Parts: sequence; C-alpha cells; structure tokens
Amino acid sequence: MEKEYIDEAGFSRETTAFPELRRPRQPGKHPRLREFIFSVKRFLSNPLSIIGLLIILSFAVIAILAPILAPPPYPDDPYKMPHKGWQMTPSPPSPENPFGTLQQQYDIYYGIVWGARNAFRIGFFVVLANLVVGIILGSLAGYFGGVVDEIIMRITDIFYSLPFLVIAMALVVAIGRGLTSIILVLIILGWPTYTRVIRGEILVIREKEYILAARASGASHLRIIFKHVLPNSIYSVLIIASMQVGTVLITAAALSFLGLGSETGYADLGQMVSTSRNWIVGPPDDRLAYWYVVFIPGFVIALFVLGWNLLGDAARDVFDPKLRRR
Amino acid sequence: MNENGHNVVDIRSLKKYYPVRGGVFKRHIADLKAVDDIDLSIRKGECLGLVGESGCGKTTLGKTILRLHEATDGRIYFDQPKDKIEEVERLLASQRPEEIARGKTLLGIMDITRVSRKRLLALRKKLQIVFQDPSNSLNPRMLVKNIVAEPLVTQKLVESRELEDKVVSLLNTVGLAREHLMRYPHEFSGGQRQRIAIARALATNPDFVLMDEPTSALDVSVQAQILNLLKKLQSDFSLTYLFVTHHLLVVKYISNRIAVMYLGKIVELSETEELFTNPLHPYTKALLSAIPVPDPDTGIEKIILSGDVPNPIDPPSGCRFHPRCRHAREVCREEVPKLESAGEAHQVSCHLWREL
Amino acid sequence: MEKLIETEDLYTNFFTFEGVVRALNGVSVVVNQGETYGLVGESGCGKSVTVRSMMRIVQEPGKIVGGKILLFLSSEDRQKGIDIIKRSEAFMESIRGDDISMIFQEASTSLNPVLSIRDQVGESFLLHRRGELLEETLKQLADELKSNGFPLAMAWKGFQRWLFRRELESLRRYEKHVKEIDRELYELEEKTDPRSTRRKSSLNARRDRLSEHDFLVSAVKKSPFLERYYKKIHKIVENKIIELLKSLGVPNPANVLKSYPHELSGGMQQRIVIAIALACNPTLLIADEPTSNLDVTIQAQIIELIKMLKENIITSVLFITHDLGLVAEVCERVTVMYAGDTCETTSVKELFKNPLHPYTKGLLSSVPRIEQVEKLHTIPGTVPNLINPPAGCRFHPRCPSAMKICAERKPPMVEYKEGHTVSCHLYPGEEV
Repeated sequence: MEKEYIDEAGFSRETTAFPELRRPRQPGKHPRLREFIFSVKRFLSNPLSIIGLLIILSFAVIAILAPILAPPPYPDDPYKMPHKGWQMTPSPPSPENPFGTLQQQYDIYYGIVWGARNAFRIGFFVVLANLVVGIILGSLAGYFGGVVDEIIMRITDIFYSLPFLVIAMALVVAIGRGLTSIILVLIILGWPTYTRVIRGEILVIREKEYILAARASGASHLRIIFKHVLPNSIYSVLIIASMQVGTVLITAAALSFLGLGSETGYADLGQMVSTSRNWIVGPPDDRLAYWYVVFIPGFVIALFVLGWNLLGDAARDVFDPKLRRR
Repeated sequence: MNENGHNVVDIRSLKKYYPVRGGVFKRHIADLKAVDDIDLSIRKGECLGLVGESGCGKTTLGKTILRLHEATDGRIYFDQPKDKIEEVERLLASQRPEEIARGKTLLGIMDITRVSRKRLLALRKKLQIVFQDPSNSLNPRMLVKNIVAEPLVTQKLVESRELEDKVVSLLNTVGLAREHLMRYPHEFSGGQRQRIAIARALATNPDFVLMDEPTSALDVSVQAQILNLLKKLQSDFSLTYLFVTHHLLVVKYISNRIAVMYLGKIVELSETEELFTNPLHPYTKALLSAIPVPDPDTGIEKIILSGDVPNPIDPPSGCRFHPRCRHAREVCREEVPKLESAGEAHQVSCHLWREL
Repeated sequence: MEKLIETEDLYTNFFTFEGVVRALNGVSVVVNQGETYGLVGESGCGKSVTVRSMMRIVQEPGKIVGGKILLFLSSEDRQKGIDIIKRSEAFMESIRGDDISMIFQEASTSLNPVLSIRDQVGESFLLHRRGELLEETLKQLADELKSNGFPLAMAWKGFQRWLFRRELESLRRYEKHVKEIDRELYELEEKTDPRSTRRKSSLNARRDRLSEHDFLVSAVKKSPFLERYYKKIHKIVENKIIELLKSLGVPNPANVLKSYPHELSGGMQQRIVIAIALACNPTLLIADEPTSNLDVTIQAQIIELIKMLKENIITSVLFITHDLGLVAEVCERVTVMYAGDTCETTSVKELFKNPLHPYTKGLLSSVPRIEQVEKLHTIPGTVPNLINPPAGCRFHPRCPSAMKICAERKPPMVEYKEGHTVSCHLYPGEEV
C-alpha cells in the first residue's frame, strides 16, 4: 500500500525517468545550515552591505582592542581621557597626538578609541532594552487584541505625542545629568516604535492559517506565540533595531551636545563634539584652524551610523520574506 | 452508512453571527448572519460535501464545528448516541426550569460549543482540519518534521524517542519519504505541501477531518492526486470528512452526501447521485448548470442567474434566494421555507419544489 | 485565416537570485483574426508569461531573451508582421491601448481604489479615443453656437470651440508624424544592413521623443477657472460610459459611475475592468484567467458576457485559463502548455475528442467528470522547477510513455494532422 502512495507522489522520478541521466544529488546539509548559507550568500551579493559590515567590524575591532590601542592611564576608569596641561587652545595633529587634542589638551585619538567602545555600549544597551520591552508588549497587544491591545496602544500613543527632545531633556535633568541617565531616558522613550512595529507584524501573522492549524491541534497560546508568531514576525524589528543602534548614538550625542551628557574629559563621541563647540570656527585669519576638533569625532559618529544603516538595509534584503527569494 | 448509524457530529439550530460595529463608539448596529439556524448530521464514515459560493458561510460552519470560531447559539454534539441527544434536546425544550438546568449541565460535557478547556483539548485529538492554501497553512520557518509532529507534541501523545519514526510513517502514508523530513515548506510544490498538511491532520488519529477546500489552490493534475489520496485515506483510517468546497465536480467525486448552502442556510441536502440527477432547489439547478463541462459538445442549456449574492448583513426576507430566482412568487417573499423531506434521503428548502 | 499576432520561438527568462528561471522554452503560438484562442495549462506553465511577453509587460526580473513577436496590424498591409520586440516603447504604448487590451485575474487589484468608476473608465476613453471625442464635442458646440444665447455665454462657447479645435489639430499632427515614422519603419522591417539598422534605431528614438504638446492648450488646462472648459468633453465621456456599461449588463449604470471599486461586488468589478478594456476598441482582447476568483454563478455571467462581446464587438479573444471546462465552452482553437513548452495546438473539438500529447491526455483524464465513477486518473509527480528544468522534453519525467530520446532532445512541433500540431517524439513528422 505504501509503495503505491509513494509512486503517485512521484519523488523517485523528480528530474528524469532515467537513472543514468539523473543529476547527482547535492550532499545533504542540515536545512538550517543551508538556509544560513543562503542568507550569507544573499548578504554578500550586495556590495553596500559588505561596506556596512566592514565599517561595523572595524569599529568592533577598535572597541575590543581599545586597551591595547590606547592603554588607559587610569586603569580603574579607562573612559577618563588623559590630558597634558590645561591649555585651552586645541593643538593640531602631531606625532604625539595623531588626531590632535581638544581644549585642555584631551587626546582625540584616545577619545575616539574608547568612544567607539562607549558607542557600542550605548547602542546595544538601549536597543536591547527597547527590543525586550517592545517584543513583550507588542506580542501581547497584537496576539490577544481587544482591551489589552487598546490599553497598550493608547500608552504608546501618549509616548508618541510627547515632544521627544523636550521630554528627554526634562527627564535627564530630573534624573541627574550624565551618560547613564541619557541611556535610561532613551530606553524609556524608545520602546513604542518597536511595540508598534511588532504589533502590526503580528496582526498579519495572526490571520495565517498555520496559527489556526496550531490551535486546532491544541497548542497553547504561549506555544503559538513562541513557535509560530514570533519567529515569523521578529525580523522586521530586528531590521529596525540594527538601524536604531546608529540612531540612538546620534540622539545621545545630541543630548550630550546640549550639555546634558557626561562631564568634560569623558571618552564619549558626543561629549567630544560638545566640548569642541567653541572651536568650530577658528580665528578670522584662519577659519579652519581647528577643523580636527569637530570634524574627526563628528566623522566617526557619522561613519558609525552609516555602518549600522547599511547593515540594516542588508538585513532587510536577507530577512524580508518578500525580498528574500527574488 | 445505514440510516440508524451513529452520527459523528450532530448540529442543532446552530447560529454564528458576527457583530457589525459602527459609529463613533463602535456600537453594535447589526449582525452578519454567516450561519443562520442550521441542523445537520454527519454520519460516521461518510464524506459530506458542503457546497456554496463564497460568503455563504460554509467555511464558518466548518470552523465552528472545530470551535475555531465560537458559536453564537445552538449545539454541536460530537460522537454522542442518538437517544442521549434526544434526551438532552427534550430536556432543553421542556417548560420546567429544573429540567432545562439539567439539560444545560449535560450539554457542558456533550456539546463542543460549551465544553471546558480541558475537555476541548482532548477533543482536538479527534477533530482535525486541512486548509485551503498549503502555502498559508504551514509555518514557513518550521521544518517538515516539526510541522507534522506539532499535534503529537502538543497533545503529548508520543515519546520523543519514537517521534521521528511516527512522523516518517505519517509522511509515508501521504506519499512522502524520510528524506523530506529535514526540509522547509518552500522547498515543496503545492501538491506536496498539501500532503504535508494532510499528514499533520492525521497525526493524532482523528475521527473527523474538516476539509476546507483542500484542492482549490492546486492544479488539475495534482488535484486528482490529492483527491485519490483523500479517498484512500478515508477508507484506510475510517475517517469522516466534511468536505467544504465550491467545486461541484470535486464534491461529486468524493462525497456520499451533499449539502448546498446559500446565505447561511442549507437549501438542499441529498445523496450525491440523487442531487445530480434530480436537483430540486432552483439554486442547485443553477449551480449544476453553471459548471463548465470539459466537453465542447454538451448541449446543456445554462441557467444564468442574474445579480450577485446579497449582503448577509441584510438578507432578503422570506426565501433568501428569491431575488435571483426566476420562479419566485409572493409566498417566497414572505415566508421562510423550511428544510423538508422530499423523498428518501433528500431534503429541500423551497416552497415550490413540488411544482418545478 | 489571417494571422493577428504570432510568437516565434519565444524565450523569456526570469533572472532571480536563486538562478535563471527559464519560463518560456521556445513558445510559438498564432492567434488568427476573428477567433477565440485559448491557452491552457497548469500554474507555472508559462501561459501568463507568454501573453505578458506579447504585450511586452514582463515584470522585473523577467526579460525576453529570444524569438520574435509578430503583429499583423490592420493599418498596414498584412503581408509581413511587425516584430514588436524591436520597436520603441512609445510604439508599444500605442499598441497596448489601441489594438490589444488585457483583463487580469484580480479585478479588485487592477482597479485603483481611490478613483471612482467614472474616472477610471473615463481615463481610458480619454487616452484612447480622444480624437473621436473631440470631434463629437466640436460638433455639439457648433450646434449650440448656431442657436441664440447670451453674448457672454456664446463667447465662452466660442472660446471652447477654439481650444478644442486646436487640441484636435495638434493631435492629428502628432498622429500624422507617428504614422510616417511607423510606415518607414515598416518598410525597413526586414532589412538588416547597417544603414537601415542605424536608421531604424534613430526612428525608434524619434518616436519615443515625439509628443503632441501644445503649450497654449496645456496652459489653459492648468489655469484656474479656464480649465472648466474641459468639462464639456467629460460630459460626453460620461454618456459614453453609461452606454458602454449598459451594454455590459451593469444594472443602474448612472449610480455605478459615481461609486468606488470597493462598493462593487467581484463580478461587477470584473465588468468594470472589461469596460475599461473595451473603451479603446481593441482588435484583440487578452483575458488572463478573468473568472478564476469568481463564484460559479458569477463566472457563468462573465463567460456569457465575453462570448457576447466576441460576437458583437471584438474580433479576437485570447483566453487564458487552467480550467478545461471553460476552454470547452469559450474557445475555438487552443494550445496546451506545460512548463514553458507548447505541447499541442488544435481546435477545441479535436482536443477533447482526440488528444495526442501524453500531457493533454493525462490532464483531460484527471478532471473529475459528472459521470465519473471509477478512480480518477492522475499524472504522477509534480511540475518541475524551471531553474533546473528536465532536459529534452520537459514533460518526460512524468510521462507514462517516455522514451530514451525524450530525455535527450526537445521534440519538434509537427503537423500530425490537418490543423493539429503536436510536439512529442511519439508523433514523427515534418517540423512546422
């Protein structure tokens, strides 16, 4: 009986009826590995995503090797930038300070190296916390709907209606200025975006018939959410999250620039730009005399953001089911 | 399949209304009557075809039986002896409050629409479903192995050591092999995917399988494969099917009995042969004549119905088919026809069936 | 019979990330003047890609990579066809509107949800029948100007007439230019020497650049208040739409005109799509599965409508479907396709009575019949992946009578009988 079934489905004759003409089967890899290889190939087929990956990788290498690239003079607080003397005028790049110094002779090179490490710290912290909150609230709202959805979404609406920068400044001032409070405030204000996206995505997935099929076979809500709903809806937030790592850094830098960040001398890219705001324009006879103080940290911030954005675009190509198999 | 046989599913005056909300405060302004007061029994071992156009409520009816939709009113008995059902019906219809109360408590264990969560979970083993579009009903990020095993895992029916063997034997029964275990759904063609979906439905050894248009997303040659497979599985595993479709030739091939639905009501119910040779309801006649016959020389005259299916939110008065019926009379506009017996194993809901 | 459109050995590929999908594998079909021609096959057989290639609207990442599409236009003498693959995009635009129109499977997605039915059908009228409409408007204005009226109103009407005349003149001028270019291109059609090739490409480029732009008319159309003069023509269009909708069996056309697509039922939407296609007076109507999303009773209505149109209005219909029942009902001649190959072409009666190709035979016997009692016949296996199609005849892995040669060589199209061509090694014969 089984023989008959199999013959009808016809797998034995998939490509040709004649065994000698049949192409050799590909060696069996585990399907997850195959999918992964496919994703990597897809990723590498786009030159822009390679550039993005290279940028982020080099930042990561710098961040990891920071203690070797720029040995901290104060080992118990490596983010404290070393400086020689208190002279206010920045000094230009020299063998001793390859990128020059800020006012009060803070070494820009040291700031960049440890600032890169700091940038990852800010980005990952904020985005991870946002992801966790967003996924939990978004799944609840999207999957269960009704009153739960109504309450959660109205709260996100309230957050959306607040003027972001004003509230962020107020909160930072209330908590006390410093990098930690900036991170905290960005977490408090950032989750609604993720919640909305994941809820929208789940509203689509919820209507798919495999959800009904799982329910018909008696699966619990928790199992449906974790096995069926989230694996199919999480990629859109992951794409957003990878882009947000850069955006978060810009926002943190903006808050630092407004004077709400850490004190002068802390190895934070935003703080470095903020410290140099008096030196953007040089004296009348040489307007570009202090170009390095703003340009170098600013350029590094831009590069960091660009890298994450390119990576996010690449992630979309790889993960978005609509683009994936085209 | 004798007349006195056991019914797998007994549906009594089932209603499923969807509230239509409108206005600023989302007030309940009307009901969409997807299933409106339906009585239907599905006998053990038969394949009952449920035919109708889109929006007639046939899929809703099927999914309500599986309690994927909650019923608005009515009772669905699953696998209960006839005398017990009659007893409960009598209690419910009685005038005395204590008898009604007793009936209600009995319903709590017999009626799919009322059973508790725990009982429902056990019932899910016996009731399964195959969906229309296999590309939509298989989770694209799960391996075939896990898809087919899911009902076994959630119902904790098989130990994990034996799981793989069980899944392979299920795949074998639907014509797939061990080599397909570790693949994703997108690596299969439509027909193969539908086979996977069927394997999943069979995993828990169900008694009753709802076929929700299982072949309408497939090509003709593959459709024939699946239909033959379903027929074979039915006799091998003594399954009962409710086969929902809009394709009359498919239903003719696979069903023993056919129920024709129009706008939430059953208009005709009969043995398959009888329905095709002797249709009584004007709607059934029109449906039958509208089938495109793959034969250029047929001289069958078409009955072209005018107009569209009316909106189920505001269905026509009396017989719901009367605005499109060319035989409609005064009585059709005013009185709702009852489903009445018209010969052996043939029921029709039309005022005029004797004359037409 | 005279040919209307013909494809010769057409190859269309889709360049996807996973590989090249060889969707068409040398498709040759001929649609004659005045017939209803059917393309049948299962999903993925290339029937839609064939007609999309004919219209040159294959979407990214698809591309026509080989073959010819010959169009035999009524305006030219019918001796030689025009290979439209080599023509300019502007030429294609004029063809798509005028001579060939197409209706798609999903009526709801081929209508724009934010425009009313009047706007959508009207747009089609204004695009394809503007000359006719302008003439009619001018005639009406001339009548109105003959009678007496307020001097101011008469002046306004005179102004309208002046503008409409100007527009008509520039349109005619444009059409004359286009005609000249097309005639020259037609004469150069089969010449391949370098000089004619250069001339052809320059002509094609010129045709793309050509426009009927009249500064004054377009300025007035954009200026406030004055643009109201164009309402005159809209009135006429509206009457025409009502007439057209009435002829398509749309009840209450005046009301339907004001409604939006979502307010109409599926069957009615498909009628509107047909109305849009008919507004341009096509010689050939391509219907790409026009009823497969509709219910049987509505499908019967639409099929009846298409048959009626075929008898009264359009000369030829190219009907694409997977439903053999519909083919039997609608078509006169039919081609069966499988996985990008054409299997056989013959008249409908012959196809159902005497199918030759094993695939056709299998397909015909796997449809459940009313009188079906015995087990359904099936074709084993599944449609192949076209990235890596089987060599030789693409059907051979599933074919019950496959031979060794089937896996090695693609069978040629042979005329096995009068008017019955088949591509299968079982039927030797001379290649067509």
